[in-house]
Amino acid sequence: MTVVIDRATGKRRGEREPRPGPGRRLKNGFHKHWYAYAMIAPVAIVLGVLVLYPLAYGLYLTLTDATSLNTARTIGVNHIDATYKFIGLDNYADILWGPTAYDRFWSHVLWTVFWTAACVTLHYGIGLGLALLLNQKLRGRTLYRMILVLPWAVPTFVTVFGWRFMLADGGIVNSGLDFLHLPTPSWLEDTSWQRFAAIMVNTWCGVPFMMVSLLGGLQSIDASLYEASEMDGANAWQRFRHVTLPGLRSVSTTVVLLGVIWTFNQFAIIFLLFGNTAPDAQILVTWAYQLGFGQQPRDYAQSAAYGILLLSILIVFTSFYRRWLNRNEQQLAI
Amino acid sequence: MSTTTVETSTADTERRPADAPRKARRRGENSRATSLVSHAVLIGASLTALFPIAWLVFLSLGPDEDDYLHPGRIWGKMALDNYAFVLQDTNFFHWLKSTLIVGLGTTLIGVVVAASTGYAVSRMRFPGYRKLMWVLLVTQMFPIAVLIVPMYQILSDLQLIDSYLGLILVNCTTIVPYCAWLMKGYFDTIPFEIDEAGRVDGLTPFGTFARLILPLAKPGLAVAAFYSFLTAFGEVAFASTFLLSDDKYTFSVGLQTFVSEHDAQRNLMAATAVLIAIPAALFFYLVQKNLVTGLTAGGTKG
Repeated sequence: MTVVIDRATGKRRGEREPRPGPGRRLKNGFHKHWYAYAMIAPVAIVLGVLVLYPLAYGLYLTLTDATSLNTARTIGVNHIDATYKFIGLDNYADILWGPTAYDRFWSHVLWTVFWTAACVTLHYGIGLGLALLLNQKLRGRTLYRMILVLPWAVPTFVTVFGWRFMLADGGIVNSGLDFLHLPTPSWLEDTSWQRFAAIMVNTWCGVPFMMVSLLGGLQSIDASLYEASEMDGANAWQRFRHVTLPGLRSVSTTVVLLGVIWTFNQFAIIFLLFGNTAPDAQILVTWAYQLGFGQQPRDYAQSAAYGILLLSILIVFTSFYRRWLNRNEQQLAI
Repeated sequence: MSTTTVETSTADTERRPADAPRKARRRGENSRATSLVSHAVLIGASLTALFPIAWLVFLSLGPDEDDYLHPGRIWGKMALDNYAFVLQDTNFFHWLKSTLIVGLGTTLIGVVVAASTGYAVSRMRFPGYRKLMWVLLVTQMFPIAVLIVPMYQILSDLQLIDSYLGLILVNCTTIVPYCAWLMKGYFDTIPFEIDEAGRVDGLTPFGTFARLILPLAKPGLAVAAFYSFLTAFGEVAFASTFLLSDDKYTFSVGLQTFVSEHDAQRNLMAATAVLIAIPAALFFYLVQKNLVTGLTAGGTKG
């Protein structure tokens, strides 16, 4: 569909010439491509040192029983050596089917999946709606656009505190609800309301990105397609179905994937909204953080194991998503 | 083009108000009813977007820490005292300094390191290309939980906990692959003919990149730089974990210190939040349009 992608797929298997021997191939390949390798070297080195090495180290930690009590540390002038030991896959076994596996892991998995699905649906739905509205000829649409982007423009850590003031027990939201004689839930204390509040705040923060991306997509759809479909007698809904949605497809697949990944990994909102107070409203990322840094003793091994599990979930999801796109003969725009 | 009956019937009801006026409308113009509804929805959405921020600004003017519970009381005694206090008697400027050091450091490393890779993946097809793209994508979706524990161990071995350098390096794990991706999108928009012309004139690929493409890609580099800075600016998890002394906090950690369990100085916090938010938002507006193009570059080109 896009030029970029066609280049990205490169040659197809069938087009190859008969392969020379491995040593020769390596030499040829290097000779032909050394420019490329030299240019990607800086990133490869940075990623190797800053990502792959810690990842390997983290994997090793998950196979031990490291906590803050038995890792190497320095207290005053005394240096205490690490005393943790290798325990194999026990951490994973404990997380996945240990005695409290449901309470600690599976319930958080369910909530995280629900949270991701709900947030991305809301982001996309509201974002698309607003983008469609902003794509019309309308007085003051630049101003609307400026205001509607505001939640994205202000750093998340700032707005979340604003929301905390609003959602606090006697805050403006509950005062308003009280004024209307509606029930006033304790947003920041009650589990289901905490979850509701988290989704609400995240939706508020995430809609602008979707809106702006989709608006860009809408503006790139060729106007003559609309004219042609109108000539053919298509009504508004049909034009939306058969011109707008297909025209948005490559943007949509990209922003939905990004949205899923970002929401799944959303740390700041839940961490700042509840701190350590809401064990049941924590998604997997914040829960892993809490195990590793929010409690005493810090459970480094389990926290790292959660991290690895999280990453596996995301990689599996992305692979399936890509495969699904390929089957439908679409390509990811990124 | 087949639609079910259900679809056509909803479409009819939607269309009816649009057909109401007799006067023939030109394409792209709305009937009065449609545009009224559009305006109503947009105004509603704008108020929703604006309110939490406006509320924060309003609370920052009230002198007492419990004012958020009695907003009515603020009207009579609005003052800028909180701002004066924050600027004079807190670590605000220390935090500003830390934020700038970390933000600019991350930006510099991110953009410098990632530029040539962005070019390479935009222009060259080499064995391992798809693997590299896949690594760049996967690295971006690393949950912080994956790296934070090993990073903590490694940094404490290297005595880099509570140092700016440590935090900059950690931030680079997400920024570098992201910048490479962003710049690939931008380089893709620069015509290949320019490279070819350069090569014909005898430049090496490095020469083409440095002399022809980089100058053309300045806007793209700027976007990547802005984005890296804003990301480092708003980063919470790493900063909360790796910074320990409160004069080294970045804003995202410093702001949390106003709300401890015993003492919640909400009025000061609101004022600080506003002081942080205004420059960040202005900064953001400078780049937001390019930002999205960069993010979904391949997609919007259709």
